[in-house]
Amino acid sequence: MKQFLVALIAGTLIGAGLAFSGMADPARVQGFLDLLGNWDPTLAFVMGGAIIPMAIAWIVQRRLARPLADAHFSLPETSLIDRPLVVGAILFGVGWGISGLCPGPGLVNLAINPLPALAFVAALLAGMIAHRVTS
Amino acid sequence: MLAAFPHAMPVEGLIGGLGIGVAAALMLLGLGRIAGVSGLAARAAGIAAAGSPRGIAIAFVIGLPLGGWIVALMTGGIKTEFPPSLIPLIIGGLLVGYGTRLGSGCTSGHGVCGMSRLSPRSLIATAIFMASGFLTVALMRIGGML
Repeated sequence: MKQFLVALIAGTLIGAGLAFSGMADPARVQGFLDLLGNWDPTLAFVMGGAIIPMAIAWIVQRRLARPLADAHFSLPETSLIDRPLVVGAILFGVGWGISGLCPGPGLVNLAINPLPALAFVAALLAGMIAHRVTS
Repeated sequence: MLAAFPHAMPVEGLIGGLGIGVAAALMLLGLGRIAGVSGLAARAAGIAAAGSPRGIAIAFVIGLPLGGWIVALMTGGIKTEFPPSLIPLIIGGLLVGYGTRLGSGCTSGHGVCGMSRLSPRSLIATAIFMASGFLTVALMRIGGML
């Protein structure tokens, strides 16, 4: 129960942060990617703001034997730079540029702009399923 | 320097970003997990074979629109501008869904959690999806689609 609550609070805070920072606005995200147009640097501030507490958290994490509300850490340990990583990131970037949305803002928009968000999220899940069945 | 970009929201961006970072820190220090939205969404939808327990993934994913809804209520609405057609959202969604699964992460997992950890995989992935996004939008701009 405590774990569900932690996850719910974390998700809610991320959703709130994305909405407050303007990152739920596809036009603003596209504006960051639009170097030839009316460039909008807001996304860089969001990224910078998010990385500061997380960098501190990683330092704290190294001193903990286990997380506060679970038995052990479940973290990715691979450092392999392989083809799926590169191809996946390229495809993700293309989709991000075309739509102005990545998974977080797409899900946040279910509460703000349900119809277009539903179209994006349905396609997002279809893309994930396509990966699952072909791999 | 920011006077050149009157439409930018550096203060809101920084505050919202700090909130996102604190939430990701809560996931890491509380549950020992990466707050990666693509992975947790796939897990919540039953698409990913491995990852966080499904209940945790579902609780996290429910929080995302809930947080957006709370901010919309508190601030009297959130300004958004979507593409005029659903087509770019559908094409974009398919590519984002497939690409984030293949590449094991998105802006939150690789961009926030992985970069702050100085993970080589995440640094490379973030550099690539950023470059790919810049190039895609530049081509859209040149092609008159924006």
